[in-house]
Amino acid sequence: MSDWKFMARQLVKNPLSLAGLVIIAIFIIIAIFAPLIAPTPEGHRSPYMIPRDGYSATPQPPSEEHIFGTTQGQYDIFYGVIWGTRSAFRVALVVMSITVLIGIVLGSLAGYFGGVIDEVIMRVTDIFLAFPALILAMAIVSAIGPSLKSVMIALTVVWWPSYARLIRGDILQVREEDYVEAARGLGASSARVIVRHVLPNAIYPSLIMASLDIGAVVLSAAALSFLGLGAPEGYCDWGQMTEFARNWMVGPPGDPFKYWYAVITPGVFILFFVLGWNLLGDAFRDIFDPRLARR
Amino acid sequence: MKDLIRIRDLTVRFYTYEGVVYAIDDLDLDIRQGETLGIVGETGSGKSMTALAILRLIPYPGKIESGSIVFCDKDSGGELELLKLREDRMRAIRGNKISMVFQEPGAALNPVYTIGDQISEVLLLHRRHELAYRAKQRVDNLLSDGSGFASAAKRPFRQWQSRLYHKIGEEPHALEPRILNRIPLFRRLLWRLKDEAASLTVDMLKGVEISDAARVAIHYPHELSGGMKQRAVIAMALACSPELLIADEPTTSLDVTIQAQMLELFRRIKVDRGASVLFITHNLGVASEVCDRVAVMYAGRLCEVGSVEEMFLHPSHPYTRALLDAVPMPGKELQTIPGALADALNPPPGCRFHPRCPSATPICQQERPKLKTVAKDHMVACYLF
Repeated sequence: MSDWKFMARQLVKNPLSLAGLVIIAIFIIIAIFAPLIAPTPEGHRSPYMIPRDGYSATPQPPSEEHIFGTTQGQYDIFYGVIWGTRSAFRVALVVMSITVLIGIVLGSLAGYFGGVIDEVIMRVTDIFLAFPALILAMAIVSAIGPSLKSVMIALTVVWWPSYARLIRGDILQVREEDYVEAARGLGASSARVIVRHVLPNAIYPSLIMASLDIGAVVLSAAALSFLGLGAPEGYCDWGQMTEFARNWMVGPPGDPFKYWYAVITPGVFILFFVLGWNLLGDAFRDIFDPRLARR
Repeated sequence: MKDLIRIRDLTVRFYTYEGVVYAIDDLDLDIRQGETLGIVGETGSGKSMTALAILRLIPYPGKIESGSIVFCDKDSGGELELLKLREDRMRAIRGNKISMVFQEPGAALNPVYTIGDQISEVLLLHRRHELAYRAKQRVDNLLSDGSGFASAAKRPFRQWQSRLYHKIGEEPHALEPRILNRIPLFRRLLWRLKDEAASLTVDMLKGVEISDAARVAIHYPHELSGGMKQRAVIAMALACSPELLIADEPTTSLDVTIQAQMLELFRRIKVDRGASVLFITHNLGVASEVCDRVAVMYAGRLCEVGSVEEMFLHPSHPYTRALLDAVPMPGKELQTIPGALADALNPPPGCRFHPRCPSATPICQQERPKLKTVAKDHMVACYLF
């Protein structure tokens, strides 16, 4: 059976993984077709800035003009969540791919060569892991100035040590396998042994964790934005939109859910995005786990 | 017969937490051209370490302390001191001139690649120029007898391809093909290299008596039986026609009928290819089947070495005799060797076997016996002779 068929069958066999795939597929479609779903008003300076309809602080309920309503400062919620999908993907994928890349390089060096190299790299990761992650990220963002880019940098700095450690552990295990010894016995160089023989057998746990962690990255980025350390005001970003809604979570006495749309809409998008990646992570585990022999 | 490998005074030690382990102690051993030399001994006697020392793959924390291993290259006629070679020259020898078959065929194959991919890899590592030469011929053939619009359109590409293959053939690590190989689209220009490797791979698999080689080549290791996998591992080791094939207990994990087929295969390899085989085993029956000469090791030292007939008809060293008595036979009570294998951390002084030896004398406890020739092609390290 071909690999693709196998993957497809594993996906379909588990309805939850299929759900994850569908959710992420929908988000991808939203991100790609954002200009069609929520066209940027003409003369607007940047498609990533939410158009606003006035300057009043009070959110306005859904109407024909603003189908999801407007949030604090009359920013259009519908436009914000649709274009916010792009920001979410950007943050998640950039942070995760750089994190995993750093993790792979440092982790394989440490794990394969051991000794002093291992000691140095692992002590550095220990230092990074000794800081509370979110506090360190906040400190970094504050130091280099709040923006989406600094959020990505901060999250990468906070996140890579756990991957370096995870990959190192898996490599320590794989490098003792006979086929690694055999590859060296057949004249392969260290670089070749690492790239061709060790990594392909050691990398899957990290990839699975990465797909599970994408949700966590988005959550952390949202948390930073919520604390006002993220994108500039008015930027399409789910975290920032929840921040706008912070003062409107409870309505006036007698009508506590008056401004529900300002809170719920960006919240639901974050929820489903994280949920989708988590389910997909489980699906990846089913597909990639080498212990599930392909018969 | 000329020597292929000359090991002199080889000492390998492991520096562990508990102390220094003497894995190999002053070993002298020759492997002659075109012979099968068996190394027999108990677990932990240093058989496998000898093999790994030849390939210079002693695992950490082991170290080759002293000694020399001289490899007499049949093709170039030169003599190489393996222990002093630079690492990259050593890599060019591993898998190419000297290759190894590991004990557990399932573990020696990488689970994420097909059998064919793994054998091709060895060819692509060591036989690049040969593959390039074959690929170039193929392209040149296409260039000369192609006609019509399609081949005219492909002509400039094929000319470029031919030039590239020529370059690789001249200099396997030429810069231009190496750069191109890193660029996704241009990599396609070099696909014929892999193609040639794949077709050679199928030949290799046929050579180790796999009948449907083309089908086996596209299978993953876990889809094959143990005997099949061992054949594939042997094919991989033989891919570059090595001058020395080291087989580390290649039949231990196989059932008896497959074992017999493997032994037959090893015999044929020796005859067909004229390669030397270093056959490591703890099974004396197997050793008597395939080997020309047998060396018996105990606790990192050589006890006795000689031709198969001498060793089995006139075993001299008390350890060899005890080993032969310990082979189970129907109708005879099994004789075991009293005591346990010498503690490698605190080896007994003198002859390492003396605490278990039935004919030990006081001198055995003090001085190490030297190898003495007792008959033609038969040497023993024992004070009885």
